[in-house]
Amino acid sequence: MTDETGPSLAPALEMRGITKRYPGVVANDGINLQVRPGEIHALLGENGAGKTTLMNVLYGLATPDEGEILLDGKVVTISGPSDAIARGINMVHQHFMLVPVLTVAENILLGDETMANRIFLDRREAHRRIIELGRRFGFEIDPEAKVGSLSVGWQQRVEILKALYRNARILVLDEPTAVLTPQETDEIFGVLRRLAAEGHSIVFISHKLYEVLEIADRITVIRRGRVVGERLPSATDEDDLAALMVGREVQLTVDRGESHPAGVVLEVAGLEVRDDRGQPAVRGVDLEVRAGEIFGIAGVAGNGQDELVEAIVGLRKPAAGSVRLAGKDVTGHSPRMMNEDAVAYVPADRHRFGLILSFPLADNLVLTSYYRSPYARGIVRDPRAIQRDAVTSIERYDIRTPSATVRASTLSGGNQQKAVVAREFDRDLKLLVLDQPTRGLDVGSIEFIHHQVIAKRDAGTAVLLVSAELDEVLEMSDRIGVMFEGRIVAVVDGRTADKNAVGLLMATGGEERPPVPAATA
Amino acid sequence: MDLTPIINGLYGIPVVGLVFQLAGYLVSVIPQNGPNIMQQATPLALGAICGVLCERSGVVNIAIEGTMLAAAFTAWVVGVAIQPMFGTPNPSDIFGITLPLLIALAAAVLVAMAISALHAWLSISLRADQIISGTIINIAAAGLTGYLNQLISQNSPAGAGEFARFVPPAALTNLPVIGWVLALLLNQGPISISVIVLVVGTQVWLFRSRWGLRTRAVGEHPRAAETVGIDVIRTRYRNVILGGVFAGLAGAFLSIEATNSFQQNMTAGRGFIALAAMIMGRWTPIGSFGAALLFATFLQIGTLINIAPPSGQLGSIMAGVPPQLFDALPYILTIVILAGVVGRSTPPAADGQPYEREAAT
Repeated sequence: MTDETGPSLAPALEMRGITKRYPGVVANDGINLQVRPGEIHALLGENGAGKTTLMNVLYGLATPDEGEILLDGKVVTISGPSDAIARGINMVHQHFMLVPVLTVAENILLGDETMANRIFLDRREAHRRIIELGRRFGFEIDPEAKVGSLSVGWQQRVEILKALYRNARILVLDEPTAVLTPQETDEIFGVLRRLAAEGHSIVFISHKLYEVLEIADRITVIRRGRVVGERLPSATDEDDLAALMVGREVQLTVDRGESHPAGVVLEVAGLEVRDDRGQPAVRGVDLEVRAGEIFGIAGVAGNGQDELVEAIVGLRKPAAGSVRLAGKDVTGHSPRMMNEDAVAYVPADRHRFGLILSFPLADNLVLTSYYRSPYARGIVRDPRAIQRDAVTSIERYDIRTPSATVRASTLSGGNQQKAVVAREFDRDLKLLVLDQPTRGLDVGSIEFIHHQVIAKRDAGTAVLLVSAELDEVLEMSDRIGVMFEGRIVAVVDGRTADKNAVGLLMATGGEERPPVPAATA
Repeated sequence: MDLTPIINGLYGIPVVGLVFQLAGYLVSVIPQNGPNIMQQATPLALGAICGVLCERSGVVNIAIEGTMLAAAFTAWVVGVAIQPMFGTPNPSDIFGITLPLLIALAAAVLVAMAISALHAWLSISLRADQIISGTIINIAAAGLTGYLNQLISQNSPAGAGEFARFVPPAALTNLPVIGWVLALLLNQGPISISVIVLVVGTQVWLFRSRWGLRTRAVGEHPRAAETVGIDVIRTRYRNVILGGVFAGLAGAFLSIEATNSFQQNMTAGRGFIALAAMIMGRWTPIGSFGAALLFATFLQIGTLINIAPPSGQLGSIMAGVPPQLFDALPYILTIVILAGVVGRSTPPAADGQPYEREAAT
């Protein structure tokens, strides 16, 4: 592969005039993309802009209606993933395509096995090659380790090794840093730079502007299925890229203003919670959230955040400890009792817990209040009241929908989340609990939801915000608690928090405690 | 040291005494029944391998019972049909193999593969509920074989007979400890004797071969398998149909090896106990075989208690218990053991979930 490093006239990959139509939408509209050998090429766009469709076309998962794909200047037809792999195109999917119960070696071999004979695998040879490949890119990997036991950063590396094992020349990474800590991101960037230096071409899909600016050699921005601009990182900045991506000026950093914290609303003491398998997930958490402040919880996904939140809102019985709301003990209260105590909850998974997808939008908007006036009279629902208030909410929260009677499943992700926000925010609240409130949303929707949260805070609500996106926690929070293996290992001031220090705490729990500013309330 | 007074004393306490008597009975009875236990274990182990192959690729197959029953019927009825053409062939010295028996065996396996292909089509291509597809096959197999059996057996025709059991030399079976195991494994007919080979073979195949790796990946995370170019649908079809071979062998074992004729509903739930063995064996062939031996021991004890009940106090108590209870005992123990195992034993992650190719969005 090293023979690719020399200057080459033909791009390693060229996509010309790719058009893909789905019923009712043009997902890709005459897209042109050129990736040179040894180049890290960023593909920037919002969710739904057509990045994934374009990559599915490249990977043979979708057939384009128009346009052609050229590899090293020659037109090719790619009819499926195995075809793409055979031509040296590999994809690292946003949701890792790894089998957790299989070993690293088995995952890497899968589909392109190193064989000892026609039937059996040659494990020894495979192990040797995997270890050697890892060393070449600067890490030691155990081929016998079960993938499910690895951290996401290492799983990412297994994905990359999987591609390299197949002699990938063109590597497509779909949002590779979405779940990584800043340190892990830096390490992966190091690996990517080495790959590019060896002549691999990399397509880096992202919506994180500063990352794109840091890693890419060239940037192609797409919006609504069209290429809207091509930039060199040296000749652009975040504001320029954001405007291109969204199509209007965007306020990137939330102006969260001054907080005016008052009395303690939520008081959690010595809380211990078990997960679904009965294992301790939260191991003694103490925290306080005051009225009028946003308390953010940063942490790598799976460190007990979900269980903590569920115990607070009443979805999960704590094993020990207490939850107090405005001085009143509410430990183990049911979700409805919490709801009636002016606690609102936006769950992490809007499809499973936030909405009933097969119900009309209007019914989803009253899921927490359908049983009381004005939506019910005795045991009878009042559809007119439900409909009337739904129309008001749709307008106030800018939910884009043809009507209030369509099923929730027909809305886009951003509008679904706005519906959840409309239901939960539209009353006076003591406590607002948000678990990953903007996961998978486009920039416009994120901006909208963040403004709503700030407005709630300024109205005197205590806000508890959990997010796996460290940037979101840093942007929004007045105070930040870092959660690691079921404990809050540090609480830092949101105004002065250092991204790398918090990232290190997320990854290590602060064994070598870096200097972090002490908590101030 | 003379333990008799102590033992007599213990016998004085009713419950402890009974436990001792039961233990004594089992110890005296189980070793000499080794080959019979293996006879009971054969259809369970073969059925369990069928289950392992299907479920490792992500298809739940509760149709093993019906597939086995249909195969048992086919083996017998094909024997009945072709027997007149061959007169009285000379059976081979070992295993008593005759051409009609081989044809009957092949027919049983083919029918089982065809039924498995039907289950595969319903649950993989049509994405029907796999439990319902399996139930339909079970009901249809029980109904059809029962009805046809009544029609055919009115003038009690002779089938193709049965395979003979291999008699291992006494020099082997008289060896201490190993001799008992050798008798258990070797004093068997051809289908039963091949079980141990099939168990080890499928175990190695599942964990060391390319097909095995792909099968496990498809059963755990089909989308991941598809993104590396593996055809999920084809892999599942192959596994389910191959599983049918084992169910077919199990069925043929019942009607042309363990006995020489077909009886209505002769599988008697063995297809379901096979699934229990598969779960207890954590979806591995060797583990399933161990579980099958355990369940087979229960089945054999259930039979023995009715034939040769223990003597003494225990015997007189048992005489007062309806014999149906002992017939039910193996099934009850299966439920009890399964209840202890389920939850700690994790099925393949995509088990029972139909796969739909990426609808590119």
